[in-house]
Amino acid sequence: MNVDVHLFARARELAGKPHVTVELPAGSSVADLKQALGEQSPNLRPLLSQLLVAIGTDYATDETPIIMGAEIACFPPVSGG
Amino acid sequence: MVELTHKPIDYAQLTERVRSNQAGAVVLFLGTVREMTNGLQTVALDYDAYPEMAIAKMQELRTETCERWPVIEAGIIHRLGHLELGDISVAVAVSCPHRVDAFEAGRFLIDRLKEVVPIWKQENWADGTTEWVHPGVNS
Repeated sequence: MNVDVHLFARARELAGKPHVTVELPAGSSVADLKQALGEQSPNLRPLLSQLLVAIGTDYATDETPIIMGAEIACFPPVSGG
Repeated sequence: MVELTHKPIDYAQLTERVRSNQAGAVVLFLGTVREMTNGLQTVALDYDAYPEMAIAKMQELRTETCERWPVIEAGIIHRLGHLELGDISVAVAVSCPHRVDAFEAGRFLIDRLKEVVPIWKQENWADGTTEWVHPGVNS
């Protein structure tokens, strides 16, 4: 399945674009998504271990399954305020 | 009431919106753009957000705050875009019957906002370089 991933802040800067499309086998998890992101956009690799992943408007863990059609975003730790 | 805006924050209006005859205490917190950070000089900050999730998280925090403290009314406004020194980036206003609860609830709201709401600031340093701020990540 193809998964569209929104990127923000330094993740967007390093990837050079606001979103990327990643191809994943069915049954993939957030951990698989991160690995695929690093393979597709090597510039993101230094950030991967601290990258936060949101599915819809909720934070996901490495074990969270990726469901086709879900709204997915990846970004480094937040710094609002 | 939670809001993202690209315009200057009307904190007086926000404060008025949480005032109530049931409240004996109103606490207002303002976050403002600071010039010096660890010896480095900032000339401006740029804020970006994942708006849909930021609004959802701010609403969740407001709900959690109202469950934990006897809040009469609470509001959060965060500004996005380009901010100059001294500009207000965030305003949190809370009203409660008593001041201890109002201070604690306001502190909780701003502390948690900085931990979970997907908003990021980019430093514009005086030497002309820019840098996204990501706590715990080496630049």
